[in-house]
Amino acid sequence: MTAEFGHVALIVALCLSVVQAIVPMVGSFAGYRTWMRLGHSLALGQLVFVAISFVCLTMAFLQDDFSLQYVANNSNTLLPTQFKISAVWGAHEGSLLLWALILALWSAAVALFSRHLPLELSSRVLSILGAISVGFGLFILLTSNPFARILPFSPTEGGDLNPLLQDFGLIVHPPMLYMGYVGFSVAFAFAVAALIGGQFDSAWARWARPWINSAWVFLTIGITLGSWWAYYELGWGGWWFWDPVENASLMPWLVGTALVHSIAVTEKRGAFRSWTLLLAILAFSLSLLGTFLVRSGVLTSVHAFANDPERGVFILAFLGIVVGSSLLLFALRGPTVQSQKGNGDVASYSGLSREMMLLLNNVLLVSSMAMILIGTLYPLIADVLDLGKISVGPPYFNFFFVPMTLGLMVAMGFAVFSRWKKTDAQLLRQKGMIPFLLSLSAALVLPLFLAESLSWESYSLIAVITLGASFWVVSMSIEDLWQKLSRSGFRWHNIGKLSASYWGMQCAHIGIAVCALGVGLSSVYDVQKDVRMVPGDRLTVAGYEFSFDRLDPVQGPNFVASRGQISAYKNERLVATLYPEKRNYKARNQVMTEAAIDPGLTRDLYVSLGEPLKGDAWAIRLHVKPFVRCIWLGGLMIGLGGLLSVLDKRYRRRRQPKTQAAETTLEVAAQ
Amino acid sequence: MHPLRKQRLQLVILLVVAAALVVGLVVYMLRENGNYFYTPAQIISGEAPQNTFLRAGGMVVAGSILRSEDSLWVQFQVTDGIETLTIEHTGILPDLFAEGEAAIASGKVDENLVLQATQILAKHDEKYTPPEVADAMNEAYKRQQEGYSLEDAEGSLSQGAEGSLYQDAEGSLSQGAEGSK
Repeated sequence: MTAEFGHVALIVALCLSVVQAIVPMVGSFAGYRTWMRLGHSLALGQLVFVAISFVCLTMAFLQDDFSLQYVANNSNTLLPTQFKISAVWGAHEGSLLLWALILALWSAAVALFSRHLPLELSSRVLSILGAISVGFGLFILLTSNPFARILPFSPTEGGDLNPLLQDFGLIVHPPMLYMGYVGFSVAFAFAVAALIGGQFDSAWARWARPWINSAWVFLTIGITLGSWWAYYELGWGGWWFWDPVENASLMPWLVGTALVHSIAVTEKRGAFRSWTLLLAILAFSLSLLGTFLVRSGVLTSVHAFANDPERGVFILAFLGIVVGSSLLLFALRGPTVQSQKGNGDVASYSGLSREMMLLLNNVLLVSSMAMILIGTLYPLIADVLDLGKISVGPPYFNFFFVPMTLGLMVAMGFAVFSRWKKTDAQLLRQKGMIPFLLSLSAALVLPLFLAESLSWESYSLIAVITLGASFWVVSMSIEDLWQKLSRSGFRWHNIGKLSASYWGMQCAHIGIAVCALGVGLSSVYDVQKDVRMVPGDRLTVAGYEFSFDRLDPVQGPNFVASRGQISAYKNERLVATLYPEKRNYKARNQVMTEAAIDPGLTRDLYVSLGEPLKGDAWAIRLHVKPFVRCIWLGGLMIGLGGLLSVLDKRYRRRRQPKTQAAETTLEVAAQ
Repeated sequence: MHPLRKQRLQLVILLVVAAALVVGLVVYMLRENGNYFYTPAQIISGEAPQNTFLRAGGMVVAGSILRSEDSLWVQFQVTDGIETLTIEHTGILPDLFAEGEAAIASGKVDENLVLQATQILAKHDEKYTPPEVADAMNEAYKRQQEGYSLEDAEGSLSQGAEGSLYQDAEGSLSQGAEGSK
């Protein structure tokens, strides 16, 4: 019965979202305040019913109800309880239900925290969110119902969750990523509501900004977790593959990052208005495109799971409606938005100014997104045009993405010092001098110590560039911080005076530098060896001596495994004992590599078992990966930075007069 | 010309040149780094270029996997139902690599029409069949069906042997579809 309750709850939620999509919108045009207010309660009601539905599906998993097709395909009586819960979103149907739940959560959050917004705006935002829920509700119920039964011959045992997904990563990564993807629907709804209403000024930007920033924080963390998960779970030590599914999450992030910056300009200076709107629409469209790419299976991807093309058609149609109608609206209403003068003549700025720097940031971010989009969709287009079956490899993406990121980092250093309206070039030159010399010397000297030996062959140009760019960003950020703290003599209590969003910016920018450092150094100094070893063998990789001690059989809850013991020595001293496993999951008879990692800030030791060879021998992969942790540390710092700026006091003020200039600490700090 | 117009014209020309450069670069990079997929039949017939980076795949032929005694060298054969292609690789094979399963390798074809693979692509789901391989197998299956209606009795011997192979491929394909429903 649980499943039927869940199914009915989902249908009720769909009906509520239909009403939510229509009534407040009509009310906002007709001026019926009760109709407009209805959106708030409907959003909460919808959350309740989607949550009931979600809990029902979870119950079905916990009770091993294999009469449900979805449970039978993705669970097993032997599956550990925490994975039974995460298996709820482990495959297509359930992950869409999670999507719907998160959409309902965001809608309810908007309903709860938008009481201080003009009713007209908040009701329209909720109505648009309702329309999006209608789309997803229909998608779930029509093409991917998780509550479908297999009757009367239901299996007694389930097919088990894909072993790759039986991991902590599945518990945290998809919810975080979806919070980000779906969060952009709020940005989208705000943008469309602004276009409908024609009101789009600094006040609007201030209301929308915390929502946009929070969605971006979730997406940042989600991508970081995904990369970390791929690194340790896929067993082969890679952390980014330029795979269509990864690109699908990176594209909304890049546009989201551009949006986070461009809306700052809209809030402070009233400039970049229609551009901000366009970015908000684009970010959500790319999130939907990502869903389409992942769920339709149109592209060959290392992430591809078995898929159903009919679902792809549905999402494609949905994507077409969302993008088409919002762009049409933008084309019709965009010009009026641009000509509005919210705060007098503040929109003017000169060649060298903070506005210009942020414009450069936007151009670089959106161009990187465009390059990735072309590379990702090209195989699809080529297939349709019958040009053959092509896949675009990492060199294409690196060729465009790496220089653009470096350009961004150089600009980022200057941008911290730039001022609104006009910045003196002399000032930038003067401020940049010390950080420039510092990062130049660090970049030239440090590679000598990082390489294994002092020789020209091991002196790496990539390391020089990476170190230079990272030190540049960090030292410029620190110089700026130091100046702000010591404006009238250095005092520690000045720290408290800086706004949370200023700290957020610093944290995120330094996070980019840390991440870039990890990416650059780990790719240059990474040493990998695939070898054939028998127990007792010893082998030296990058200064570490690995000894294959022995191999034991291990019995897990739903798998059997061979577990190797490999000891790593440095200078004859034991550094780590690693236990990589080769697992065989019984229900699916699927083999899985479980890598063993000895993590460290400056290096990871990464060992995985390949396959058994003749006799006692095994194929073994030994990896020494310097600074690889910095990639995810940087990612978390970027997310933390975004979180700090969401928590800034000024967004928690209640009603603000519309004309009040955004005189905030960040602006003060900029002078 | 009016100075303002001249400025605008210069800007437009600059933008056009920049855009053309970018487009050219993108097209060039896509060509350089786009790897085409070829079926075993295309490679054996010489349709695929030699010494160019490409991808090829099919079902791994049962009993074809050969391992070296003292290194990580491995040789196996894949088929699309028409021809079989030999693939050689030195390294670790992915977890879901198995006889009768779909596999895709990327590398270069040498003068003996053997694919020297630098990478064997992993899949993450035992039910998943890469669309390229699925298409190639379906194509071969269709051709074979047509072939039978023309020849019938003559091909009955080979039909027995090859038929089972197709059935395998078909079986795992429909299994994939089932799993996703």
